Amino acid sequence: MNRLTRSPLLWPLLALAALLLFNLVVNPGFFAVRIQDGHLFGSLVDVLKNAAPTLLIAIGMTLVIASRGIDLSVGAVVAIAGAIACNSLVSAPDPTSAGAAVVAISTALGVALLLGAWNGLLVSVLGIQPIIATLVLMTAGRGIAMLITDGQIITVDNDTYGWLGGGYLFGIPAQVVVAGLILLAVALLTRRTALGMLLEAVGINPEAARLAGVRSRSIVWTVYVFAALAAAVAGLMISAQVTAADANRAGLFIELDAILAVVIGGTSLAGGRYSLTGTVVGALILQTLTTTVYTVGIPPDMTTLFKALVVIVVFLLQAPRLRAVLARRRRPAPPPLPSGGLPEEAAAVLTGGPVLADDEHTPAPTAGGTTGSGRGALR
Amino acid sequence: MFKKTALTALTAALALGLTACGGSDEGSSAASGGGGGGGDDTITLGFAQVGAESGWRTANTASIQEAAKTAGIDLQFSDAQQKQENQISAIRSFIQQRVDVIAFSPVVETGWDAVLLEAKRANIPVILTDRSVDSEDDSLYVTFLGSDFVEEGKKAGEWAVENWGSQPTFIAELQGTTGAAPAIDRQEGFADAIAGTPNLQVVASQTGDFTRSGGREVMEAMLNSHPEINAVYAHNDDMGLGAIEAIEAAGKVPGKDIQIITVDAVKDGMQALADGKINFIVECNPLLGDQLMDLAKKVVAGEEVPSRVVTEETTFTQEQAVQVLPERKY
Repeated sequence: MNRLTRSPLLWPLLALAALLLFNLVVNPGFFAVRIQDGHLFGSLVDVLKNAAPTLLIAIGMTLVIASRGIDLSVGAVVAIAGAIACNSLVSAPDPTSAGAAVVAISTALGVALLLGAWNGLLVSVLGIQPIIATLVLMTAGRGIAMLITDGQIITVDNDTYGWLGGGYLFGIPAQVVVAGLILLAVALLTRRTALGMLLEAVGINPEAARLAGVRSRSIVWTVYVFAALAAAVAGLMISAQVTAADANRAGLFIELDAILAVVIGGTSLAGGRYSLTGTVVGALILQTLTTTVYTVGIPPDMTTLFKALVVIVVFLLQAPRLRAVLARRRRPAPPPLPSGGLPEEAAAVLTGGPVLADDEHTPAPTAGGTTGSGRGALR
Repeated sequence: MFKKTALTALTAALALGLTACGGSDEGSSAASGGGGGGGDDTITLGFAQVGAESGWRTANTASIQEAAKTAGIDLQFSDAQQKQENQISAIRSFIQQRVDVIAFSPVVETGWDAVLLEAKRANIPVILTDRSVDSEDDSLYVTFLGSDFVEEGKKAGEWAVENWGSQPTFIAELQGTTGAAPAIDRQEGFADAIAGTPNLQVVASQTGDFTRSGGREVMEAMLNSHPEINAVYAHNDDMGLGAIEAIEAAGKVPGKDIQIITVDAVKDGMQALADGKINFIVECNPLLGDQLMDLAKKVVAGEEVPSRVVTEETTFTQEQAVQVLPERKY
């Protein structure tokens, strides 16, 4: 049982280890981390640092996917956040001051809040399919960012703002610190309180969750707002890294990377059960892959093919395990379950006992044990 | 249930796509409409621009608009917002307006034969600027005015040979977007120029996608895997600027410990050159307005023009950058 609960992460972790090992073989200095001008310096530090923006977006995406949704607009939010912050900085009375940076960052986050609320409104109140609802902002958002920057790359010169992308706190890159703190906060908030379980309940069956007294609407709304905020922070990092806003290219296709990280981490796109740890591993795999391409010197025209091959291998490794788990789940309960995840546990907890909240759902006598693997723990 | 929602989703997506196309089509024809041409002595030039995707492109547009005003040419300007269909409909509307000459920077290389044939049948000469088209029939346009990317790479390589050739130099090359003509040609020209100098060695070559963050990330990784790198050749300024950030984070001094050559000469790049962080920039000149107006006049007057005209371009050292920076337009 114990082995089973850990297994979804086994293959992604092995894949990550294999990638790192491959790098070590090709480039023996890969694991070397030294102190350079009072901060950590080395390939591993670069991997962590560059993974931070994707990771942040992937954390938001994990919650959205858990609620049975998807957010395609995060890439556009990245571009908008950078554009607003840099635009606010250059038009500030003193563009180099710390105060201007604070104003710029707060403005960008404030706008992201509105954008997230817009997505949430479309999905949770108006009931539009998430993929369509967020597609609106995905297409329009980059246009908005272009409008803000006039189609130009805006360069800024502000040390406080630049710190977010290239600064250090106790020798650790600021990006890693910020992403780590947000990850920790989300983990505590969703796993140490009932919030995560309520979110999973909504993702498994929104109607059943609502009937059981969960405020699905506000939960769904909240995850879209959070996803947009996380994307905005990532956008600020990406823009601060180069102290410039590139509305055309910043965060292009990053929504796909984020979804990939979530899926590699073992969270099902069908919603419900999710794993934050898995998402972290997924984001690290993707970034290690990119860094591998650069350090090993794979020819640029083969880069995408190489990445695709590695991702396919990871998925294939996961697949038999996935099938085995599915088969085990199916055997005790002949009628098909309405969705994957952990319906029994959620329904049981919600209604105070093994009572079914959903009338399509048939009891699965032994399934409670196999799937009730644990809220509380970070998976 | 699922089928139904999926169908709704699909319909909505289609509707969205259709309205988007409809909207932009109207926009471009409205932009290009108004004021016919060709009736009097004034030359009317229809110009279909790619878009306004970079500082380079904006400078290119400004140069064309200014040059048209100075040359007394009536300019019908249309912005295609990076969409080929917009550009095709703009060219069609130029044909309907019977302009005297059409010029455009093709968004992509292929798919122009039909619309260019329409222009040919209407006896309107076509000039390509900045980017070329891939067509078997080269009678569809009279001339192509633009940069020679191979030559740009060669200029970069020649400077490298001259300034780095005396001692062992380990070069990191930051390529443009894989498969893009400037990336391929700038790589080729540089490689040709340094081929005879054994001291110059390209030890790592990766694509940074013509972006700053791309240049930074690639450079970070290269500095770790190839600590011997002491020179950078970036296919554009933006990647070079990204590389500067990575080099500084690694505790080295850009321009001194690691010397940098870039191509383009946009404002931020020239500033870095003047600040001593970049060592040499090969210009890729967007200010081709005057040359375009000259060509347009010659073509309308029926004079012979060469089928390929290269933009007037130069190179900049750090000292030259300090001098010209105050009067740079872009």
